Amino acid sequence: MSNEATLHSQDLAHHGHVEHGHGNGHDGHDHHHEETFISKYVFSMDHKMIAKQFLITGIIWAIIGAFFSVLFRLQLGYPEATFPWLESILGHWAEGGRITAEAYYALVTMHGTILVFFVLTAGLSGTFSNLLIPLQVGARDMASPFMNMLSYWFFFLASVIMMSSLFVQTGPASGGWTAYPPLSALGDASIGSKIGMDLWLISMAIFVVSSLLGSLNYISTILNMRTKGMSMTRLPLTIWAFFFTAVLGVLSFPVLLSGFVLLLFDRHADTSFYLSEIFIQGKALAHEGGSAILYQHLFWFLGHPEVYIIILPAMGMVSEILAVNSRKPIFGYLAMVGSLFAICILAFLVWAHHMFVTGLNPFLGAFFVLLTLLIAVPSAIKVFNWLTTIWRGNIRFTPASLFSIGFVSTFISGGLTGIWLGNSAIDIHLHDTYFVIAHFHIVMGVSAFFGMFAGIYHWFPKMYGRYMNQTLGFIHFWITLVGAYLIFWPMHYEGMAGMPRRYFDYSTWASFNQFEGLNQFISFVVIIVFATQLLFVFNFFYSIFKGRKLTTPNPWNATSLEWTTPINPGHGNWPGEIPEVHRWAYDYSKDGKDFIPQTVPVSPDESNH
Amino acid sequence: MSGYLAVLVVVLIFVVIFQIAKASEYVSILKGEKKSREQSNRINGFLMIVFLVLGLIAVWWCHDLLDDKMLGESASVQGEGVDQLIKVTFIITMAVFVVTQILLFWFSFKYQEKEGRKAFYFPHNNKLEVIWTVVPAIALTILVAFGIRHWMRITSEAPKDAMVVEVIGKQFNWMMRYPGKDGQLGRRHFKQINESNNPLGQDWADKLNHDDFISSELHVVVGKDVKLIIGSRDVVHDVGLPHFRLKMDAVPGIPTTLWFTPKFTTAEMRKRTGNPDFVYELACDQMCGKGHYSMKANIVVETQEEYDAWLASQPTQYSQAHPAPEAAPAKPADSTKAVAVAAAH
Repeated sequence: MSNEATLHSQDLAHHGHVEHGHGNGHDGHDHHHEETFISKYVFSMDHKMIAKQFLITGIIWAIIGAFFSVLFRLQLGYPEATFPWLESILGHWAEGGRITAEAYYALVTMHGTILVFFVLTAGLSGTFSNLLIPLQVGARDMASPFMNMLSYWFFFLASVIMMSSLFVQTGPASGGWTAYPPLSALGDASIGSKIGMDLWLISMAIFVVSSLLGSLNYISTILNMRTKGMSMTRLPLTIWAFFFTAVLGVLSFPVLLSGFVLLLFDRHADTSFYLSEIFIQGKALAHEGGSAILYQHLFWFLGHPEVYIIILPAMGMVSEILAVNSRKPIFGYLAMVGSLFAICILAFLVWAHHMFVTGLNPFLGAFFVLLTLLIAVPSAIKVFNWLTTIWRGNIRFTPASLFSIGFVSTFISGGLTGIWLGNSAIDIHLHDTYFVIAHFHIVMGVSAFFGMFAGIYHWFPKMYGRYMNQTLGFIHFWITLVGAYLIFWPMHYEGMAGMPRRYFDYSTWASFNQFEGLNQFISFVVIIVFATQLLFVFNFFYSIFKGRKLTTPNPWNATSLEWTTPINPGHGNWPGEIPEVHRWAYDYSKDGKDFIPQTVPVSPDESNH
Repeated sequence: MSGYLAVLVVVLIFVVIFQIAKASEYVSILKGEKKSREQSNRINGFLMIVFLVLGLIAVWWCHDLLDDKMLGESASVQGEGVDQLIKVTFIITMAVFVVTQILLFWFSFKYQEKEGRKAFYFPHNNKLEVIWTVVPAIALTILVAFGIRHWMRITSEAPKDAMVVEVIGKQFNWMMRYPGKDGQLGRRHFKQINESNNPLGQDWADKLNHDDFISSELHVVVGKDVKLIIGSRDVVHDVGLPHFRLKMDAVPGIPTTLWFTPKFTTAEMRKRTGNPDFVYELACDQMCGKGHYSMKANIVVETQEEYDAWLASQPTQYSQAHPAPEAAPAKPADSTKAVAVAAAH
């Protein structure tokens, strides 16, 4: 493969560079760009640098998205209060220090969009798939480093457009992150459905391109570029998780894109895919025969796999981190792979459980109930396997392992309420209430973030050759875990009382105004948890430059391949030959040995399991 | 001023925490990695147990605290099935929750790293894995069976003798059209909508329309089945009936239906809840624009006599659209109310 050859020559160039020092004798070489600032830090084709780009862009988005939630929680917790500083940053969107209903809905919509797509899809999968796939399968880079670079820069472009939509006069999209038409199709229906919605759709379309470029690369790298001896069943579970995530993305994102394109047509080309029999702003529109529900089918055909796109990478990393820090093999490796596969298949067969109350054929609804609750089986297998992994282990509490334990806890809590909502006869009461907010925030918001934090703390030494501060990590973990439960647990009760989501103000409702004190409490905790995340962000950036330096290439005594590279690997990852693999990634505490790296040949007297 | 002070305090707290964290890193280097790891293991292991115990107490406490803010008994016959299913699901999931969380945090505490402890090499065990595949599968089968049974009941065809009301959403209020004496709703078409005197676009050529009337309140009779024909004039809305445990989207161009049997009159609910101001509310449960949060209609559940009296007092929409010439300036109360609410948003 010519690609491999190129990479190899780049690798040689890199080591040449180390020997000769900076800027020496490379003029005229076709890989001269290796040394410039632009090619190393900006238009980099090194998967490790691209991973960092995704991560840092994701962190910036996460701060913005989380800050938006603080702003709208202020409204929910303190609906009577005024905050003059809000007017200074939001202008007429917060006249007199109280955000308007329109601004509230814009904040809610952007919070969802940013967190779901820009942070937990690009920031999570983009970071760790890029960082770990070549390192853990034993490849010098992705199958196509150039496409990989494009993947980041399309993401960057999508980010710029989404960001600019925050500043247009009519404001960003404000119809919810799901952007259901006709609300999102008609500028007359909502101020956020004017130019802000177009920018939203264009940004998302470009985002889909980025995601597809990335996913195709991940799949081909995992299938084609594993090192000698690295059979599929010797892959660490992280790689399996990234693989299924990429498959989900490739198969479902195009459907979302088609849904968005049709929506753009309805907005600007007078088509009627989603529009029918509408009378708005004093006039009847010409559209007839479209179906608003069609959009929901197209949206949720991605939208549901999307939640697995978010959670699978976290599952993979947690499996790996729990095994490393319990000094035990992951329990039931094949069952873990099998359950990932089952989740991946079922993910495509459950989308209509978001639509039980749209007037869906009840018989069809019954099928979706069955298939939805079926997903609880592979999820239960995973949970019990994690529990058995730490059982009789020798657990080290690092910030990474703590967040992994936290992940299992929140995944259980949020997963169980999925059994409530997946049952249509319960959903008919709880649909679009705070119960749903509690459910998905715990199971895919908090859990995915815990997986992401675990991954960052665990692989930070690989990314930057330094450690993050542990004490700050411990403080970060405990406040976040306690805070997350304090915020979302009581919301289940609000939901059971029927309190609808996406309400700007509950004070005029006799049925929902009894939670005033609780809403205030939740908002208060939100502010504390948000501040704690800033502590993490500070720890992250401080440690890049000033963290304690690594003295060994394998700080956690782990078996997988990424720790066989030098402390600061160059482009190409291994200075010499790519190591050969002789065993699976989970030989911890086998035959009395603390750990046996994957590169160690199996000795004849080793016990056989 | 106090704002800046607050920011300053937060920054100071940050600096203090950071200095402590930095100092602890130096101390750990001095003490040696092994010793400091032992110490942080002890602290975090202890916190695991503290979190487990306090967490479980908090779960119970939260339930206790919020229990009286819940909805109480379902106000519709159909909602009883929903409540029953919630109860069964609550018991099963709560049991799993408590057991697994105890195992998770107890294991974390018990098997924390200790000098001389050897981790147990335990890569797989088919028997265990079969157990925790089969047991959840059985529990879920039960829930699915219960769930689908209730679901099919709730979504079944409404009884033939059910009273019919059309519920139409628009940004940002609800309109209820009653069929009048003939018991049949007349034809309507969105192109004939006229904000001032024909908000639903009724076709006056259709005689069935002449006795239909529009109300901003939903009046239903206790113990009598009612079928809602649900639609929307603009974007997707949702008829949310929390006290009745039911919900159905209002989609432009695609009518949906929902039927139920109210169990308690509004007056009875006032007694049951001990709240003299109790009202049933119909809430929009699908994001529909800036006034979404205010899209409310009152529901009145009453006895047959009260209902008949109310019915008799309602002017037909036809009479409002075709006023006798001399009565033209005085518009009947109900239509002005609906228009006024619309204008308010």
